[in-house]
Amino acid sequence: MNDDGPSPVLLPRRRFLRIAAAGAGVGLLAGCDALSRREGFIDVLSVAEPLNRRVQRFLSGDRLVREYPTSMISATFRPNGSTNPKTPEYLGLLADGFGGYRLRLRGLVDRPMEFSLDALRALPSRTQVTRHDCVEGWSAIGQWTGVPLAHLLGLAGVQSKARFAVFHCFDDILDNGGRYYESVDLRDALHPQTIAAYALNGSPLPVANGAPLRMRVERKLGYKQSKYVHTIELVDSYARIAGGNGGFWEDQGYDWYGGI
Amino acid sequence: MPASSLPTQAVADVAWRTVLRHRWPLRLLHWVNLACMLAMVGSGLQILNAHPSLYWGEAANFRAPLASANAVTRGGELRGVTQIGSKRFDSTGILGATDNPGGVRVRAVAPSWAMIPGTRNLATGRRWHFFFAWAWVINGGVYMLWSLASRHLQRDLAMQRRDWRGVAKSVIDHLRFRHPVGEEALRYNPLQKLAYLGVIFGLTPLIILTGLSMSPQMHAVMGGFIEVVGGRQSARTLHFVAMSLFVLFAVVHVLMVVYAGPINEMRSMITGRFRIRARAAGANEEPGDE
Repeated sequence: MNDDGPSPVLLPRRRFLRIAAAGAGVGLLAGCDALSRREGFIDVLSVAEPLNRRVQRFLSGDRLVREYPTSMISATFRPNGSTNPKTPEYLGLLADGFGGYRLRLRGLVDRPMEFSLDALRALPSRTQVTRHDCVEGWSAIGQWTGVPLAHLLGLAGVQSKARFAVFHCFDDILDNGGRYYESVDLRDALHPQTIAAYALNGSPLPVANGAPLRMRVERKLGYKQSKYVHTIELVDSYARIAGGNGGFWEDQGYDWYGGI
Repeated sequence: MPASSLPTQAVADVAWRTVLRHRWPLRLLHWVNLACMLAMVGSGLQILNAHPSLYWGEAANFRAPLASANAVTRGGELRGVTQIGSKRFDSTGILGATDNPGGVRVRAVAPSWAMIPGTRNLATGRRWHFFFAWAWVINGGVYMLWSLASRHLQRDLAMQRRDWRGVAKSVIDHLRFRHPVGEEALRYNPLQKLAYLGVIFGLTPLIILTGLSMSPQMHAVMGGFIEVVGGRQSARTLHFVAMSLFVLFAVVHVLMVVYAGPINEMRSMITGRFRIRARAAGANEEPGDE
């Protein structure tokens, strides 16, 4: 075809180009924002989450993440999220140096248990120098000492119906009467580097970093590393807990997987 | 004006030939690729917005980022300050502090039109990023398979001996803004091939691997690569650099399209049809429908 002028075939194409060019501008981006507000669209985007979980778990198995020499420990381990809980039950325990603190194991366990800090320190411990990756993008390296969660769960006895470990915390990050919580499945709960940590860099946990006890689930982002933990509950589903998405940040729209 | 247009009188003297420049799978893959990349750049900037500093090494040295774009209050006004190495400059409106769609100055790494979503929303930005990362990787995988099966890669993209010999001439041609016409316009020129091959076999694996290097789950198996690039924060910085190079590639790519004849080039990527001046005037009058 040797045409420069309008032809029945080209006209719609030219119009298409014009529309495409306009669409590529502001309209497209406003469209992205409109889509972002639609729950159905977010559900579509969220298919990437189980895909990430399955593929990354397949590729990495249950291998350990890298542990670092103590020389690489960050000068300051930046605290984030709650750094100074003000809930009455926490302030009461803080006032007497956590002497009255008890970690409770409950839910789908054969023997619900309670541990004081001294009792936890007397259990087998693991010390690991690991990298903490915040969902915001920064990283810090710290040395954590604590009891492997697998050991605690072994003492309490995991029932066959149990699928998730839920960590209930003292802090009320939004100051609205809610409490921070998180969950991981048993595969992460039983991983050798998943520990209930009571020490950072050889000293008792500072308040800003989760005193008296926090979780380290080393294959997860920072928001999965619950601080100020008082109860570990085994459940078969987290749908009935708080917002039903398995964690405080998950209830705000973040992904439950939290592995990337 | 389309570059390929000529006054009607000239058409009689010059023969034009319409050829099928790009086959339909390639055209489809090209536009899906563009949509994915736009979504990933926009949502990537949204993610960067959560902590707009880049570092080198395994952990973040908050006191000495390689580069950052933050907001400071100066005289009661929010100003954007960009820092690269030891240099600092005011970047209000572009980096650090920008105006949101409502015209309000806010703390943001990039203008709202460049981010998905346009206002601070890390959770949703991550949803976009990972969905389109998968879409992009799958699209790219199909492209690789199609390119190998159709011999597009071997025939059209691979550097041949004469391409290597032609690199110097191609550089000079580009510097002189001289571009091939006629049959020659149907082949990728040597610099073009190198750019495409660099993006496909250099930037693409780099951006995927540095992206995965940021995953704490993948840390268990990517330790070696992470060490090679200098640590997780280095990988994050390189991920940003690779993105910037993709954007640079896209900008140059579009400039080249505009220069080589935007209507003809765009049409060849939408309908596949591409018009070239035939070698001998009047030799070809064949209908060019695909």
